[in-house]
Amino acid sequence: MTDQAVEPEVGRARLRKEDARLITGQSNWTDNISVTGLLHLAFLRSPMAHARIERLDVSPALERPGVIAAFTGRDLADGLGSLPCAWPVTEDMVLPDHPPLALDEVRHAGDPVAVVVARDRYAAADALEAIEVDYEPLPPVLDLEEALAEGAPLVHADKGTNRAYVWPLRTGEDYESVRQRADVVVRRRYLQQRLIPNAMEPRAVAVAPLAASGEYTMYSTTQIPHILRIMLSVVTGVPEHKLRVIAPDVGGGFGSKLQVYGEEAVALAVARKLGRPVKWTESRSEGYLATHHGRGMIQDIELAATREGRLLGLKVDLLADMGAYLMLVTPGIPILGAFMYPAIYKMDAYEFNCTGVFTTRTPTDAYRGAGRPEATYAIERAMDELAAEVGLDPVEVRRRNWIRHEEFPYTTIAGLTYDSGNYEAATDKALALFGYDDLRAEQRERDERGDAVRLGIGVSTYTEMCGLAPSRVLRDLRYSAGGWEAASIRMLPTGKVEVVTGTSPHGQGHVTSWSQIASDVLGVPFEDIEVLHGDTQAAPQGMDTYGSRSLVVGGSAVHRAAEKVVEKARKVAAHLLEASEDDLEFKGGVFSVKGSPEARRTIQEVAFETFTSHDVPDGMEPTLNAEHLNDPENFSYPHGTHLCAVEVDTETGQTRIRSYVCVDDVGRVINPMIVEGQVHGGLAQGIAQALYEEAVYDAEGNLVSGTMADYLVPSAADLPEFVTDRTETPAASNPLGVKGVGEAGTIASTPAVVNAVVDALRPLGVHDVRMPCTPERVWEAVRSAQAGQKKEASA
Amino acid sequence: MIPPAFDYARPTSVDEAVRTLADAGEEAKVLAGGQSLLPLLRLRLAFPELVVDVGRIPELRGVREDGDMLAIGALTTHHDVVHDPLVRRHAGLLAQATETVADPAVRHRGTLGGSLAHADPAGDLPAVVLALDAELVAVGPGGRRTIPARDFFADYLQTALAPDELLVEVRVPKREGWGFRYEKFHRVAQSWAMVGVAALVRRDDGHLAEARIGLTNMGATPLRASASEEALAGAGDAEAVARAAQEAAEGTRPSRDASASPEYRAHLARVLTKRAVLAAAGMG
Repeated sequence: MTDQAVEPEVGRARLRKEDARLITGQSNWTDNISVTGLLHLAFLRSPMAHARIERLDVSPALERPGVIAAFTGRDLADGLGSLPCAWPVTEDMVLPDHPPLALDEVRHAGDPVAVVVARDRYAAADALEAIEVDYEPLPPVLDLEEALAEGAPLVHADKGTNRAYVWPLRTGEDYESVRQRADVVVRRRYLQQRLIPNAMEPRAVAVAPLAASGEYTMYSTTQIPHILRIMLSVVTGVPEHKLRVIAPDVGGGFGSKLQVYGEEAVALAVARKLGRPVKWTESRSEGYLATHHGRGMIQDIELAATREGRLLGLKVDLLADMGAYLMLVTPGIPILGAFMYPAIYKMDAYEFNCTGVFTTRTPTDAYRGAGRPEATYAIERAMDELAAEVGLDPVEVRRRNWIRHEEFPYTTIAGLTYDSGNYEAATDKALALFGYDDLRAEQRERDERGDAVRLGIGVSTYTEMCGLAPSRVLRDLRYSAGGWEAASIRMLPTGKVEVVTGTSPHGQGHVTSWSQIASDVLGVPFEDIEVLHGDTQAAPQGMDTYGSRSLVVGGSAVHRAAEKVVEKARKVAAHLLEASEDDLEFKGGVFSVKGSPEARRTIQEVAFETFTSHDVPDGMEPTLNAEHLNDPENFSYPHGTHLCAVEVDTETGQTRIRSYVCVDDVGRVINPMIVEGQVHGGLAQGIAQALYEEAVYDAEGNLVSGTMADYLVPSAADLPEFVTDRTETPAASNPLGVKGVGEAGTIASTPAVVNAVVDALRPLGVHDVRMPCTPERVWEAVRSAQAGQKKEASA
Repeated sequence: MIPPAFDYARPTSVDEAVRTLADAGEEAKVLAGGQSLLPLLRLRLAFPELVVDVGRIPELRGVREDGDMLAIGALTTHHDVVHDPLVRRHAGLLAQATETVADPAVRHRGTLGGSLAHADPAGDLPAVVLALDAELVAVGPGGRRTIPARDFFADYLQTALAPDELLVEVRVPKREGWGFRYEKFHRVAQSWAMVGVAALVRRDDGHLAEARIGLTNMGATPLRASASEEALAGAGDAEAVARAAQEAAEGTRPSRDASASPEYRAHLARVLTKRAVLAAAGMG
């Protein structure tokens, strides 16, 4: 053997290990899972937003062919508790009961009231029609401000209020006195429309009981098998050690599968009651009603600044639509955003207030970005308004306020300590790639010649907090769990490696990236590494995947565990080579004695020695394994600059994205191809909020955009070519220097696009267009601005 | 997304299909490419007792010339219509509009006849056959009859076809030397037209001699923009076209839905008519 220069795995655009299987149909989705005697569930759901259940009789369903059983919430109530909320954000938060099957009242269209168990899906779906329910309609609660008014109809009458909580944050100087000395005050109201997450794979759950031992195996389309296991054991009383949760191949989540769903609890309860395996798979339109939604806020934002455009203070008032119930982390989502409104800017005062409001709509919860896109949108839109107000270029107003690169680490007004960043570098690179000055010149030229198709340029200089989360910070935020992550590494006797991770990938490519990380530390080939995940038996410890945490917290845990393996291997190698540990070099998987390169042992040889344990140092335990539980010391803070050019047809109101440039700083990059994919997908979802997607309800509380024909998810045909680039400022708070990339594109792109639309129309007198900026809304904005200007002219 | 139970028949000839429909009375639905019927079944918006699948009747497929007409089998898929040389030569408007229907997967399954018989006013092809002055051939127990396109679309999702009649052919007059353009306005690539305008124009000595304009999604049925058509006769420049296009929404009754108000649809009809006619006339 000769020493070879080993090319590091980290930084290579490796094809994903996952993909050959996924794209050739050898995947293992929950809906593909079948066991002997499997029964199928179908849920009867409320057709109304709010009603009292006067009478509910499931017995006629039992007469239908193929039906085995049918249950109401009461039938299952013994052993089926309220669904959990893990984030009581204030001491006095109002926490209503959330029965997995509604008992007396339904509180949103799609709220389930009964379940049918049948031999096949068809029989189960048909039998739903036989169930008899009498509903006494109650008034829907839809408008967030009206819901808080005196005498408003209540979503939960027993609670006496629709106000779930009020969560304040005041830091720095007193905002009101800062406002007094400001030259300019910009006050705006922005509406965050509700979004429907639309993971490609719909939700599904299957439960197989083993009656003799009281054990249950649950397969679920979940992002959080570990948390789900704990929570379901609490909800159903199935002891935690008797419940195994498996997240097999999971086809996307975007936060929508970061949940403990009623269907999961009911499936477990029914499997226990009947002693038979059961499965449920949602249809897309069922998912639109029953899978949690995202966003849904009214944001009042106020900036106080000098006439030079320097920020003095920021005040934010939020009304956040909780929907009908508080689910796993519903109340905490806007609170995550609370820390991000000050973004990358320096200021003297910050005042934040969030009121959570119950409505008779599908509950909201985490959706890609979770609180941070909302915050970034409001501050980045408002910064453009400030620029217009003081007559500065939007990029210049940001420059005057952002944290300069030499000021890191920097503690923001919201109390976060940003460890690293270089906003100047990312912005300069983005401006050059975009051709900013040329586009501004073209914009002026087209404006002068009165082109009906107007050019608009939008910028967003975002940051976000990723790597959820230091456990003590979570304690301070009243979150009920920690934010650590687990990894263990097993060197097998033949030199192969198993990495066990507590993260639960559902499209992120952890198997590939974790292999790259372990390969570099261990000096073992990429191909010789397998990554086990998403099964509480195979990977018993973990806090799962959400909030761009997996690489930062879980990847770092893999790195640390691998270092521990090398540490132990070094002791064994020193023993075998009869050398001192200090005299050993470790490179490319080979231990060698400095100065006598022929004295060497590969890490694979060491692994075999520890397996036989015939000749290891006295007192050393057999095998070459290590575990690391990583509780992060800080969040990570990716940042970047996104620039968007749009052409707005003022005749039709249609917006076309002409070019899009982003320069993201996500720290050190493990796999550039995976990072690129995350950025592209994130951009698509953020642009979708800006231009296309909206969950629309009618006055009775019915979801009007209830199918994909009405809820417009854009496809590649609707999106421009993205120009993506990076700066790389390593994070100082973890051994890999990584920051996370799962949500950056979504967070940054929405304000960049809307800023561009408004920029195109500002000379016409338009200062805002509500999201999504549909052609009709743009057309209306142009029309009313023109009408306003005519009025002014004639006055 | 699970359809209610239904019986299924798969006739192999037009006669057998018509007999099957006649026996079933009002409770049968014809299945062609399935791109409209299957979603209706799966959403449980339609509850037929019998689905008559005409997909295995070969005589219903294909395009042929018949004097100064093109005869297009009702079961010809959108994909085949788009790529058929006869259609491209003699009915370019139909090919162009068909290319905007949904996405490639749908165009490979969906059929011209199915799309017309479904008569969704947001569908692209009803307005196109109206503008083309096509004829629709139906076969029933009483034999064969020809229905002009202007008499075919009765109301929202309703046609002049009797329950026991099968649409077998679409006959399109060849239009040599006419300019054409289908302007479709939609928010995402695969979505329905918010409004569509199908324009056919004949130029004579630098002026528009004749214009035929079909409107998609401007009422319960596809419509002709008759007022604009009249005003366009003799138009010689872009300004005259723009003026005539202002009448495009006359007599229409566009609906209100989550994507647009009637007022905005009327505005779009005017803008799109202007653009379609200018493009069709080569004046754009």
